[in-house]
Amino acid sequence: MAGFLLNHDSCPVVKNILLLDSEGKRVAVKYYSGDWPTNSAKLAFEKSIFTKTQKTNARTEAEITMFENNIIVYKFVQDLYFFVTGGDDENELVLATVLQGFFDAVTLLLRNNVDQREALENLDLILLCLDEIVDGGMVLETDGSIIAGKVSSHNLDDGAPLSEQTITQALATAREHLTRSLLR
Amino acid sequence: MVYLIIKELSPSADEVIIVTSSLMKDMNSRTDMYRANAIRVLCRITDGTLLTQIERYLKQAIVDKNPVVASAALVSGIHLLQTNPEIVKRWSNEVQEAVQSRAALVQFHALALLHQIRQNDRLAVSKLVTSLTKGSVRSPLAQCLLIRYTSQVIRESGISQTGDRPFYDYLESCLRHKAEMVIFEAARAITELTSVTTRELTPAITVLQLFLSSSKPVLRFAAVRTLNKVAMTHPMAVTNCNIDMESLISDQNRSIATLAITTLLKTGNESSIDRLMKQITNFMSDIADEFKIVVVEAIRSLCLKFPLKYRSLMNFLSNILREEGGFEYKKAIVDSIVILIRDIPDAKEGGLLHLCEFIEDCEFTYLSTQILHFLGNEGPKTSDPSKYIRYIYNRVILENATVRASAVSTLAKFGALVDSLKPRIFVLLKRCLFDSDDEVRDRATLYLNTLGGDGAVVETDEEVKEFLFGSLGVPLTNLETSLKNYEPSEEPFDIHSVPKEVKTQPLAEKKAPGKKPTGLAAPPVAPTSTVDAYERLLSSIPEFASYGKLFKSSAPVELTEAETEYAVNVVKHIFESHVVFQYNCTNTIPEQLLENVSVIVDASEAEEFSEVASKPLKSLPYDTPGQTFVAFERQEGVPAVGKFSNTLRFIVKEVDPSTGEAEDDGVEDEYQLEDLEVVSADYMLKVGVSNFRNAWESLGDDCEKVDEYGLGPMENLTEAVNAVINLLGMQPCEGTEGVPSNSRSHICLLSGVYIGNVKVLVKLSFGVGGPKEVAMKLAVRSEDISVSDAIHEIVASG
Repeated sequence: MAGFLLNHDSCPVVKNILLLDSEGKRVAVKYYSGDWPTNSAKLAFEKSIFTKTQKTNARTEAEITMFENNIIVYKFVQDLYFFVTGGDDENELVLATVLQGFFDAVTLLLRNNVDQREALENLDLILLCLDEIVDGGMVLETDGSIIAGKVSSHNLDDGAPLSEQTITQALATAREHLTRSLLR
Repeated sequence: MVYLIIKELSPSADEVIIVTSSLMKDMNSRTDMYRANAIRVLCRITDGTLLTQIERYLKQAIVDKNPVVASAALVSGIHLLQTNPEIVKRWSNEVQEAVQSRAALVQFHALALLHQIRQNDRLAVSKLVTSLTKGSVRSPLAQCLLIRYTSQVIRESGISQTGDRPFYDYLESCLRHKAEMVIFEAARAITELTSVTTRELTPAITVLQLFLSSSKPVLRFAAVRTLNKVAMTHPMAVTNCNIDMESLISDQNRSIATLAITTLLKTGNESSIDRLMKQITNFMSDIADEFKIVVVEAIRSLCLKFPLKYRSLMNFLSNILREEGGFEYKKAIVDSIVILIRDIPDAKEGGLLHLCEFIEDCEFTYLSTQILHFLGNEGPKTSDPSKYIRYIYNRVILENATVRASAVSTLAKFGALVDSLKPRIFVLLKRCLFDSDDEVRDRATLYLNTLGGDGAVVETDEEVKEFLFGSLGVPLTNLETSLKNYEPSEEPFDIHSVPKEVKTQPLAEKKAPGKKPTGLAAPPVAPTSTVDAYERLLSSIPEFASYGKLFKSSAPVELTEAETEYAVNVVKHIFESHVVFQYNCTNTIPEQLLENVSVIVDASEAEEFSEVASKPLKSLPYDTPGQTFVAFERQEGVPAVGKFSNTLRFIVKEVDPSTGEAEDDGVEDEYQLEDLEVVSADYMLKVGVSNFRNAWESLGDDCEKVDEYGLGPMENLTEAVNAVINLLGMQPCEGTEGVPSNSRSHICLLSGVYIGNVKVLVKLSFGVGGPKEVAMKLAVRSEDISVSDAIHEIVASG
């Protein structure tokens, strides 16, 4: 599904969203385009992007750079590094809005303690958050507080009895599938 | 979270069913979050059949009150459109309704989906845009989309000034929107319009100028990048922003600074160059190599634009040449200087000295040899050649073998051209005879003898120069192949036997089977080119062996449609006074065996040709290609053209598929093939020249013919250029076949060898005048005036 490719010029398309730690390692990443087919290509991309941007000061305002025909908007907070990548002729400001939305949502979800430790402890929230921002390259939502609201409502209702049954069913199936794919 | 897992795993069909049923339940649940997510997951994993089942729910969801649910359904729709377009297209009414929704993002997604549904219908898109530009769209993202669609409509509708007025007004009104995103998108859309006038540009440039002084790097970057693009097409429009941009040169973000500088270089006028140069020098030291290359290229184009300023620019280049830098960077600088020297005569002496200083401590062998070669060509023509000798001889003393060898060649060139230096060069070359490297000694000996002038090797000065400066006239790869195939024997290697055709593709087809390699000779090591293969094939056939040397073989031309019973293509072989058609036939029917295959050629429309021989194919089994040949005679050296109609004649025998044996008696049959034409381009060999200007000047204007032609209406210049290149069948030189978009004029350089081994060079100047009328000036130089005339005739008739 990571290779899901949106090939229309007309829509603003996000190629990937990365959240890296202070050594350039992954915290949470999500790719929406087929530009980086293999995992090693992705890792290489993350590494080169990180070394390229590391020295710049993007603490207060989002910074921007060009890299391999991609536009990358990035922002650093403490030991977390946020990146949003888009195509060559993408509207830079749309990407910046996405980045800002992602950043705001994460800040809200982590209750202002934006650092690596907190992020890893709440990795589920961050992954959900990525899922709510962009769907297969399409921008889904850019307002940080709405994203955070969506993600947390997810969590609260997880244990609600109303749909208990369906969730358990789904969970069972997912588990079953997971074991099967592991055994294969 | 569970949804996320399912989505990532996207399970296979049988598992989908279980999950689907539970997701369906979720889709009808009361909690909006569940519904939204269930929809998204479901659309990810579902397939065509299941989709029809849930279609009803999706339609409902699109018009749902809750924006989250509606958005989810719409975005899913966009994704589904790629796999199941028919189903999604049925939703258009619901989507239309959603466009009017009050929630910002629903509007955005609905618009995107709606546009994609109607993507292929220009009229519908245009209608959609017209209705929406009237002002019901509120969300900034949706506005951006709308702007893109608008500019798309403008682009497609062409340049009817009356028609796109409302659209342009819409774009302009967007410049006053309160969201920066929209302003920028609109400004960019305006600048990217192909036929934008300066007056229309001005408002867009003004807002971009405001962005330049913004505190946000992203905004600055976006603005400067757009301006940079504008500067390529409308440099004058951007001049207003120059002051703002100069402050950006010292921007913290290097990308912004570089973009600002290159933009400034493009828009700058003569007076500001000096100041700019000073600023660039300050900041060159702390940017990355790749950006430096961009700067160097910008400077090069600037220098070509303002030749008068070459002095400060050349100084700048030589300064940065002395600094640290990687190979690519240095190469860019050296290339720039070389180009400047070539194009600006005044800059020659200074530039050469800079290069000389550079090679004094150059760590790159490749660059050193390149500079030495260049020095050898240009140095002797300067006012005081003797001052370069010292630099060159230093190379002989200090450098590695490759550089030493090329330095020796350079010395010899000086000796040949400058008589006063000859004795001194002699002394230097004699010293080189004691070099430790073979190549260096060889070269020194060779040059000593040639320069010696005692008539032993070459007679006149003319020939010495020819020997030193003349190009080989054959592509190096072909020469290499030929030399490898050359066997030591009595006969000296003949350079004229090297094929001159530029190798375009590797061997496409194997030679005819049944030829044993001759016992003694080692099989050729290098892969043979197509031409070699054809030549060998043809000379192996006794009927054609007497026709002499193969001049040219065309690319295969298909004579049948794809997927027919018999596939036939033809290769035209041009000889001095003969033409041979090689028909490559393939039988695609397993139940048939073809025998006695021949092609009946009717040359009634080609009067200058007379059929002399044909060579039928004995048998053509299923799926093995075979060749049959027909030869024609024509008057020697005359580029006769004509049209030939072909019929394939053969005897069909049924083959039993189980045993593979053919029946004894067959039926005679014919199969109509498409017509074949011999055109003038077939008599032209594509031979490139490395330096067109030199070649052009060396041919002289004795046999020059210049004329002008109107090509009539054409879509753009690219089309015109390609048409002429194809018509003449010549090799475009120095990348001049590419036309920059939007340019109003273009110069294309072509070279080739015409039948009878006559070298031909063509300079084409294209210009657009009036509504897409393309006019062309054609200047031909060749070794023979009649050939020049012939080229003009080709163009006039084509």
